[in-house]
Amino acid sequence: MECLWCQEAIMPEVNWATLVQLSPKRSLCPGCEEEMERIHGKRCPRCSKVGSDAVCRDCSWWEERMPKETLAQNYSVFSYNARMKEMIAKWKYRGDYHLGHAFKQHVKTAFADWNFSEEAIAVPIPLSEERLQERGFNQAKMLASFLPLETEEVLTRLHGEKQSKKTREERILTENPFVLEKALHKPVVLVDDIYTTGTTLRHAGALLHALGCPAVYAFTLIRG
Amino acid sequence: MQPHPTSSTTDAPSNEAISRLLSGKLLLREEFPLDEKTFQRFLEQKLIAPTASILTKAFSHQCQRCGNKKKSLFALIPCEICLSTHLYCRKCIEMGRVMACQPLYYWTGEKPVWPAHADPCTWEGALTHLQQRAADRIAEAIAGQEKELLCWAVCGAGKTEMLFPGITKALKLGRRICIATPRADVVRELLPRIRRAYQDVEVEGLYGGSENKAGSAQLILATTHQLLRYQDAFDVMVIDEIDAFPYHADPSLPFAAERAKTSASTTIYLTATPRKNHRKRINRRNLPHIFVPVRFHGHPLPVPKLNISFSLKRDLKNAILPQAFQKWTEARETKKRQLLIFVPAVSMAENLQEPLTQFFLKERTISSPDQLTAVHAADPDREEKVQQFRDKQLHILITTTILERGVTFPSVDVAVLDAGHEVFDEAALVQIAGRAGRSPDDPTGEVVFFHEGKTDAMVQAKEAIRKMNHRGGI
Repeated sequence: MECLWCQEAIMPEVNWATLVQLSPKRSLCPGCEEEMERIHGKRCPRCSKVGSDAVCRDCSWWEERMPKETLAQNYSVFSYNARMKEMIAKWKYRGDYHLGHAFKQHVKTAFADWNFSEEAIAVPIPLSEERLQERGFNQAKMLASFLPLETEEVLTRLHGEKQSKKTREERILTENPFVLEKALHKPVVLVDDIYTTGTTLRHAGALLHALGCPAVYAFTLIRG
Repeated sequence: MQPHPTSSTTDAPSNEAISRLLSGKLLLREEFPLDEKTFQRFLEQKLIAPTASILTKAFSHQCQRCGNKKKSLFALIPCEICLSTHLYCRKCIEMGRVMACQPLYYWTGEKPVWPAHADPCTWEGALTHLQQRAADRIAEAIAGQEKELLCWAVCGAGKTEMLFPGITKALKLGRRICIATPRADVVRELLPRIRRAYQDVEVEGLYGGSENKAGSAQLILATTHQLLRYQDAFDVMVIDEIDAFPYHADPSLPFAAERAKTSASTTIYLTATPRKNHRKRINRRNLPHIFVPVRFHGHPLPVPKLNISFSLKRDLKNAILPQAFQKWTEARETKKRQLLIFVPAVSMAENLQEPLTQFFLKERTISSPDQLTAVHAADPDREEKVQQFRDKQLHILITTTILERGVTFPSVDVAVLDAGHEVFDEAALVQIAGRAGRSPDDPTGEVVFFHEGKTDAMVQAKEAIRKMNHRGGI
């Protein structure tokens, strides 16, 4: 077994635990595993921003402008450190689909930690058709497949500029890029790779809520 | 890539330009600088042909761009473009993803005619007698379309200049030339020198992140990775540092270099430290070679001293400077000389920076902490730090093996800490020793390997250097 990131051989650890029960296979070597920064400890209860357990300024800003139901909460797995930026670049932009499996185990345990007990539906944030044709896969859909939830691809996205090239103000002023194909009447967990300002997720949440979704949450790989 | 200005009009006047741009390449659709309409027209006219990107035989696959056969470097993707699950290559993904559902394309139209230059060389320097002898041999091999020639020239022999007569010959004959090197640093350093030497010839430098990506020049300098985009392109292929780590360790690079040549090509290998496979072939006389045992300034190569230091590894681990190292620096003859300190690992480079700074401040070799720093491959300020050392703003540089070759500082002493570490193989140690005494103004320099027990690599490196000095008649 080689590390999905550095290609070094991973030495299988043999101890009673690995012999008796089949512990999940490692996809990264211990060194690369260590480079990823799981979010632990205090975080904003609304958006997972690291540092304090009070509602952060960004979230208060949103609360004044948008009803809470457009996005009740975002829960993220990792911080956006230098290694994570490299990994995302290779996975998403270079299109190394398989690298996404490096996140699988973390996504599963983080979702369990979140203690999200409700019967919810996972809705991956879609790519526009053009972007999908370029990349060949949707990273959010891959993440959603790791969750123990039913997945429904009910959103479509119109082609526009790449989000990452806009400033926050521009992002917030842009029109809603999504179209909702089908109303959902159960709670929804939107799934995406990264929460930066939360605008994208709120655009999607607003649509879902307007068409009868009782509560919208988000589960993201990274808190940017 | 820029869309080609003539791609949308009639082909009559642009044929030659298009064929120069596309001939000799092996590319993914998105790498073609052509709009969809033109691309489809070229396909219909059979100017471009598709070829399978990943071949599957019995139990193995091979990426047709990088030659990768390693199972763990292929993966499956549930592809939303073709709506099936298939293989893609993880090995060369940094150059654009090769997927089983998308072919690679190559030019099948007419081959370009490269100009024959009457007198292309604008370099006015002179070669030493020994350099001239090697240069003439290289030119002869190129003129006679010999298959291959290895030029074994010691560090500091002046390899680049020795290539000029051969390059000139090739340009006079209207051939296409590539100088491939494993490192982008070397492409950047070489490009202006080659451009000055061939002012009226189109010269391009290609490396990851280079501004120019067209790759349509007659004379191309490229990192060996860039050769992954070529097929049947170069009449003369010069492979610099054939023994260097990426080329030597990554089977994709010899694969790509082999494919990038034309069938009647000449390959010139340059090295100061040939690996076993080449030495064997030289001994068996089935690899023609030319030997340049003396530096261009005629002085011998500095022979490394082996300096044992007990508890060296423990000291280094605890960021303590080994006694033997302290003694040596105190007794160093020329403290004005800059100092290069090689260490085997990035972490050690970082851990030793502080104690070394304190030590050299106390010893008054440096007057301020800014005169010492550490550098490694992934250091974002790498280029800047190396430049500062070159400009003598830095007096002491701690480095990993990244500075073992290709870089020239006129006047340095060299210390290797933990020379017994496995990253320091014979070739690396010979190269490291070759950093000292490069300038005719200061042709000597001390080289010391600090170790806890001699390794074969150290002994062989020292022996190899002695032998070369001996062969050079010094």
